[in-house]
Amino acid sequence: MKRSRVPMAVSMVVLVFFYLPIVLLIIQSFNASKYGGSWQGFSFKWYGLLFENRAVWKATQNTAVVALFSTICSTILGTLGAWTLHHYRSRIQHAHYLLVYAPLVFPDILMGISLLLFFVHMHIPLGLPTIIVAHITFCTSYVAFVVLGRLQDFDMALIEASQDLGAGWGTIIWRILLPVLGPGILAGALLAFTLSIDDFVITFFVSGPGSATLPVYVYSMMKMGSPAIINALCTLFMLVTFSIVIVGQRMLTKNIQSSQSRI
Amino acid sequence: MSGEKNRKKVPRDPSSRWPEILLSAPSLLWLSVFFVIPTIIVGMIAFKPPSIYGGIGEGWTLDTIRSLAQPSYPQIIWRTLWLSALTTALSILLAVPVSYWLATIPPRRRNLMLLLVILPFWTNFLIRIFAWKTILHPEGWIKNGLMALGIVGKDVSLLYNEGAILLVLVYTYLPFAILPIYAAADKFDFNLMSAALDLGANKLRAFWSIFLPGIRVGLITAVLVVFIPALGSYAIPEIVGGPNSEMIGNRIAQRTFSDRNLPHASALAAILAAVVLTPVVVMQLRQIASTHRRPSA
Repeated sequence: MKRSRVPMAVSMVVLVFFYLPIVLLIIQSFNASKYGGSWQGFSFKWYGLLFENRAVWKATQNTAVVALFSTICSTILGTLGAWTLHHYRSRIQHAHYLLVYAPLVFPDILMGISLLLFFVHMHIPLGLPTIIVAHITFCTSYVAFVVLGRLQDFDMALIEASQDLGAGWGTIIWRILLPVLGPGILAGALLAFTLSIDDFVITFFVSGPGSATLPVYVYSMMKMGSPAIINALCTLFMLVTFSIVIVGQRMLTKNIQSSQSRI
Repeated sequence: MSGEKNRKKVPRDPSSRWPEILLSAPSLLWLSVFFVIPTIIVGMIAFKPPSIYGGIGEGWTLDTIRSLAQPSYPQIIWRTLWLSALTTALSILLAVPVSYWLATIPPRRRNLMLLLVILPFWTNFLIRIFAWKTILHPEGWIKNGLMALGIVGKDVSLLYNEGAILLVLVYTYLPFAILPIYAAADKFDFNLMSAALDLGANKLRAFWSIFLPGIRVGLITAVLVVFIPALGSYAIPEIVGGPNSEMIGNRIAQRTFSDRNLPHASALAAILAAVVLTPVVVMQLRQIASTHRRPSA
């Protein structure tokens, strides 16, 4: 069958469309000119200004604290949730499934406004804790679905076999579940971490004074700050996200290979 | 030992439900408290009066709901709907050929290309919006280029209009459309296409009557994962849109942060939630109905 060239042509255009803005932004971050449009020589000065900016460091610190806490909590909640969703078939699990699924399709702004109103209604002051609660809420669903995907490939007969051979639940969790599900849980945790450091809309709604995370800070800079510093900040931010994704993918494939060879 | 094992095998023993309840409790309770209750509160606050301090007043009122009849709202809701629908249509129009291509190239090249397609998806979406803002800026590359070619005049603005919003929406949501459609195309048996061609169909006919129905599930998922988040867009119209291209999300944020009229914000959010949740709930109920029929594992 002779293939049409249309799909390939469209794909190439789409790839250019995807990368052009990102590449231009990175180039721009080294441009001595404050505004785009003309190249006035290579310069690191925006990066220098960025490192002197205390607010950026504060926002970075906030982002790290939020991401760490919400990753740990949502990984535990999501993994337990996935296990029960997979293991039991009852009315409770139907409601549970709906509850885990709904945040995935709920637009960010709705989750943001509803959590904001909830906190206002309960007289809870906005700050890092409210951001962490919000992040745990949306990350849990993502972790649960990633782990659930891994569980679906898991052969439950392994557990029955080990029980027949006299293993208790402690041994089963430590020797079978964690090694087999480990890569899935890790993938879920990494996804939670990247979602947390990336989230803007929900965080924007539930953050209080002094609790701006990096995306919220980037947004406020976009509204008024120097565009050239934002280019530098965005370039570094992308570098961090890409490294996490690439390291994660490496760890994941290695883990999957080793866990497969162990079984 | 064997007694313990036998007990586990009896599914209807009421005491065997305790592990399930205990293990489900953390995520079930967390999501009930921080997802279900806040959603109910949104519906409730829509019927409350605003307090003068920017909080929520006492008593109940229908004034907020009535005020939504102002002519500006139907216009904003209509704009939100058509921008989201057009974004969905354009994303799918581009995603189908890309997925077709990805599914037909040799596997080794395919993995690399798939990575290239997914990678932008991992960049922070504010960064992507900002990148476009710089490009479309009056002093930016595209404007300068188009002016040099004499296509646009000096006072034409590429930013702050519906076109800019549409462009950035498609840019943001296209990867979301490609992934499910590619997943479906990857499972599609391309021999069916050859068979159709052998039987005398032309390429377009084979594509239309064999390939598209074959990836139907992926297309439906793509529609949902693009259309629903697009309806709730806030940051994109806020950054590249202008005062005449507001979407519901902007108005919700404006009522929340600028006017501090929380009941008004909730009424708008309730409308958006109703629009978004209807298709989701319908699909979920159908899925639950079908799992009920399946023998339990």
